[in-house]
Amino acid sequence: MNEKRMIEEEKHYEEVIAEESICINDNLVYEKPDTLLDTPMHYCPGCGHGVAHRLIAEAIDELDIQEDTIGVAPVGCSVFAYNYLNIDMSEAAHGRASAVATGIKRVLPEKYVFSYQGDGDLAAIGTGETLHTCNRGENILIVFINNGIYGMTGGQMAPTTLEGMKSTTTPFGRDVKIMGNPLKITELIAQLPGVYYCTRVAVNNPKNVRRAKKAILNGFQYQKREKGLSFVEIVSNCPSNWKMTPVESNKWMEENMFSFYPLGDLKVPEKEDE
Amino acid sequence: MKKELKLMKGNEAMAEAAIRAGADAYFGYPITPQSEVLEYLTNFAYQKTGMVILQAESEIAAINMIYGAAGAGKKVMTSSSSPGISLMQEGISYIACAELPCLLVNVVRGGPGLGTIQPSQGDYYQSVKGGGHGDYKMIVLAPSTVQEMVDYVKLGFDLAFKWRNPVMMLTDGALGQMMEKVELFEQLPRETVNGIEKWATIGKTKDRERNVITSLHIQPDKMEEINLHLQAKYKKIEEEEIRFEEFAMEDAEYMITAFGLVARICQKAAMLAREKGFKVGVFRPQTLFPFPYKQIDSYTKQIKGILDVEMNAGQMVEDIRLAVNGKVPVEFHGRMGGVVPSPEEILEKIEEKFVGVPA
Repeated sequence: MNEKRMIEEEKHYEEVIAEESICINDNLVYEKPDTLLDTPMHYCPGCGHGVAHRLIAEAIDELDIQEDTIGVAPVGCSVFAYNYLNIDMSEAAHGRASAVATGIKRVLPEKYVFSYQGDGDLAAIGTGETLHTCNRGENILIVFINNGIYGMTGGQMAPTTLEGMKSTTTPFGRDVKIMGNPLKITELIAQLPGVYYCTRVAVNNPKNVRRAKKAILNGFQYQKREKGLSFVEIVSNCPSNWKMTPVESNKWMEENMFSFYPLGDLKVPEKEDE
Repeated sequence: MKKELKLMKGNEAMAEAAIRAGADAYFGYPITPQSEVLEYLTNFAYQKTGMVILQAESEIAAINMIYGAAGAGKKVMTSSSSPGISLMQEGISYIACAELPCLLVNVVRGGPGLGTIQPSQGDYYQSVKGGGHGDYKMIVLAPSTVQEMVDYVKLGFDLAFKWRNPVMMLTDGALGQMMEKVELFEQLPRETVNGIEKWATIGKTKDRERNVITSLHIQPDKMEEINLHLQAKYKKIEEEEIRFEEFAMEDAEYMITAFGLVARICQKAAMLAREKGFKVGVFRPQTLFPFPYKQIDSYTKQIKGILDVEMNAGQMVEDIRLAVNGKVPVEFHGRMGGVVPSPEEILEKIEEKFVGVPA
């Protein structure tokens, strides 16, 4: 990264911080969560996966549930998620993470179980398992990373690729007449009675990072209270396959992804339920 | 529940055996001719032992639930019939590589395609030779009676945990549907198998490293190491777990080889043949992997020929030929599409193939 770009990036975040005043005067020392391992992450610079992993680790630490949590990693960029989290984890076949999580939770109902899945895994090949797991109201947390592209296989179209967005399999932009429209699976899932909590967050700036962490914490807490399924979509970026710098990709995400995938809660518990 | 004698349908007896074996969970999807397994379990299992029963949305989901629950070290089981088992193949390959113990049952129906709901043995290759991708083996048990369907549930779980390997019970639509007298074993407690905390995903305690259930080893050296480990395990299984049954083989001059239900029909055919003066015996492999190659070969000095009978186009016959390696002639008779051969037609084949063969 050249110097000019670094300065630009710093300036961007200074603006964001100033504008959204997330600085809480709590003098926290920034430490690595216990649940996060020292393994160097394989993610590309600027990718949202690293932050999302850290938030899960922080949430597990804060709730002190490291010994009682079992995670399920998908196939996709986060296929190695189990290398970074210091908890028992299971790898799943492509698309089947929520079925694997169901299997674990049904035989270990007292444990915390979450799956971590990308858009191809959750909303294309695994749509059936996702919808039925949500519909059964399995008492688990699903963390869904939506970056609108297949990262691991090198930038092919995802079910969530935006109209007109270029990928290696939509070189002229996604033509919805041929490829169908991007799938708002989170909106579908929010309709299901088994789903207790459904929200869409992002990790593009400090304020949103805090919100995303709150959402993950909520998911684990609702699970403890046996409320049913919690679904947290994290709209994320993919600098490498979007062919942008990290800063450009964040801006592009804010300008294009957020208008189609608006951030915010889609389903929250009733007041008396809280 | 103590030992008891009952008249039961194969599928229901197998389901009752799963409860009595202390199984923790069953995940499955309805398909003829084995839907009674899920029906029986949903009626009785939870009430009797607290066993978890879940009707999945597909066989693909079911096998992946099995993967998750087996990874948590529990005694888990699924059953299906041929097209459903085909859907499970990816998951079975993952389970084999991740070395997860579980019991899978295929109540085989006639194929290929949607085929028929009538009995068949057309899934021998799929069960014994692979089915899913990569070099892996399941232990394959082939019952020939409803009693064996019951006993192999218990044996299947024991072998699965002994070897940390998926076990497949390969039965068929006739055995699943027919009623026979069975002796049910006593209710075993649902207890966590000793030692599973070493590998299962049950929550990482402070005194151990985290457990990861995976079949992904991206470095070629590591993946080869995993493969070599699996192959060494399969070799040990071949040394220790071969099971077979012989019928009238002491003085036999001709041998019929058959597995599962067909072997019983072949026993009747052998008796009819003996009435006519032909000394015919039956050799029935009970384990299809590991396969009793040496035991079959040991008869080549005694017998003049082998007739292999199957309800398929000739699948196990390839292993019979490998076993005898050309030392005696191996003939084949098969019926397909759900047709069950009769003792009389097998006798006819024995006469057709072997009468007149010089001593």
